[in-house]
Amino acid sequence: MNPFRRSPFVLTAAVLVYIFLYAPIIGLVLYSFNASRANVTFEGFIPKYSDRIVMEGSLVKSSPCGPFHWYCELAKNNDVAEAAGNTLTIAFIATIISTIIGTMAALALQRYNFKMKPFSQLSLYIPIVIPEIVMGIGILTLFSQFFGWVNETFNLVGNARLSLGMATVTASHIAFMVPFVALVVQARLQGFDKSYEEAAMDLGANEWITFRRVTFPIILPGIMSGALLAFTLSLDDFVITFFTNGPGSTTLPIYVYGLLRRIITPQVNALSTVWILVVFVAVLLLQILQNRESKDHS
Amino acid sequence: MLQRLRESKSAQGTLLALPTTVWLFVLLIIPLFLTLIVSFGRRSPDGNVIYTFTFENYTRLFGYSTNCANGQPSCFDPLYVNILGRSLSLAFNTTVLVISLAYPLAYFIARAHPKQRNMYLFMVLIPLWTNFVIRVYAWMMLLRKEGAINIIIGWIAHFLHIPFTPFEMLYTPGAVLVGMVYEFLPFMILPIYTSLEKIDLSLYEAAADLGANAIKTFLRVTLPLSMPGVVAGTILVFIPVMGTFIVSDILGGRQVILVGNLIQRQFLDARDPTFGSAASLILMVMTLIVTYFYTRKFGFGEEIVVA
Repeated sequence: MNPFRRSPFVLTAAVLVYIFLYAPIIGLVLYSFNASRANVTFEGFIPKYSDRIVMEGSLVKSSPCGPFHWYCELAKNNDVAEAAGNTLTIAFIATIISTIIGTMAALALQRYNFKMKPFSQLSLYIPIVIPEIVMGIGILTLFSQFFGWVNETFNLVGNARLSLGMATVTASHIAFMVPFVALVVQARLQGFDKSYEEAAMDLGANEWITFRRVTFPIILPGIMSGALLAFTLSLDDFVITFFTNGPGSTTLPIYVYGLLRRIITPQVNALSTVWILVVFVAVLLLQILQNRESKDHS
Repeated sequence: MLQRLRESKSAQGTLLALPTTVWLFVLLIIPLFLTLIVSFGRRSPDGNVIYTFTFENYTRLFGYSTNCANGQPSCFDPLYVNILGRSLSLAFNTTVLVISLAYPLAYFIARAHPKQRNMYLFMVLIPLWTNFVIRVYAWMMLLRKEGAINIIIGWIAHFLHIPFTPFEMLYTPGAVLVGMVYEFLPFMILPIYTSLEKIDLSLYEAAADLGANAIKTFLRVTLPLSMPGVVAGTILVFIPVMGTFIVSDILGGRQVILVGNLIQRQFLDARDPTFGSAASLILMVMTLIVTYFYTRKFGFGEEIVVA
């Protein structure tokens, strides 16, 4: 039996599922060029370039950017810029911290025996088996109760009062990202040939040099894919951010969610399209990284 | 001190694992305990928590009500029980639908030529990493009365000379189900693919040599060996569906209320964190029970990390 044989049923089902996966995305991108500001029906592309925006009712007749009118509007939108800045700041800081401490934890769990090991290992599975909303409201309760207590006890007023913001979002992101980094790095460490390290030790390297010159370079691709996974999880997060953000820490998913409850112009579609393109490039990079790594292994 | 650290492997391990363990303890485990404590509390008039020990929130959640129509002191109000039941059955339906869509595609990718496999996988990753909120929005546009689905059905109806008036698909239970299936489909495809790809192809030769036909081979070889992937995928789908509130919020309007919406509203609109905490713990217990019995029956595959 030829293992690469494709039955017509499987082929048809696969094509249909791919259509199901991509039809909404294609629709989303198409509507980002919608001439209609109301964005309910597709009223065609914006036909002309002109010095200034010409509207007729809710239809854009011409624009300095032509069909890319909504992308230009997006570029002028300060709220989007601020939300994008917040999202990236949080993701960068949270990724750096969670990658460092997650890798340390993976090394500890894979290489060492210590008293709290079962507890540490078990805590890594919490974000997988518990719904995000449960974590979200738990963290919200912790912060609000603790901040309330501190503010009251120390009589803090005005700007000195502790409140939800960038710091609480970042700290909470780290909490759900660390387990993913640790589990990915741990999986790489499991498939690790220890004879390289033994050889280094035999040749007189001490533990630190062995780690820096042998272990670390070998597990680096694993760390990198863990970090990239964590980064994407942070950029993408809605639920945890929803419960832990405060004034001035709106992220892109929160911003888009807010828009969906109000008036939706094709600008939202333009934002979504840019976002999908960024994801496309990121996933492509991740794939190239993983391919290179699997080639190194073989 | 430093000398001891250099010699004691156990101390080194503890030190390496310490930051993660402390972080998770403070931001995951303490909040869970806090939720438990708050759930036994009572709401103060200004929306704060009064710490007492009462089961009121739980009895209210399971239908005990003192707000009765015909002057009775207490009666059964199925409001919240219905919400819990609706969430469970939606999570169940979503999981079954997602498995039946994901399995053929995962099978297709796993049996594709190795050179094309990465591209097919890449095509699954793009929707997976497209933001959750954006994906709900995409369906909002499709399901509207003026949306693409109505337009396409209209064309087909016109072609077949059947009368058709566009109808509102948004803000219905069906819209929420479609949205959930769409959101979580990739989480099922990847683990099933991983377990299918691991199957030793010589098993198929053996099955064929022993005279099994295609259906029998699938039922006796492929399906059992891909179960770890299905189990991992189910965990990755069932648990988040139980707790998600965006899909029902955007695609269900105010018509479809799930546990997630109930909890969210207690913390934002209704401002009763004690009742919200109780609901959230019940949600957690429900998912843990389902996960426990499910994994005890089928095992807990390592596929879960791969996705």
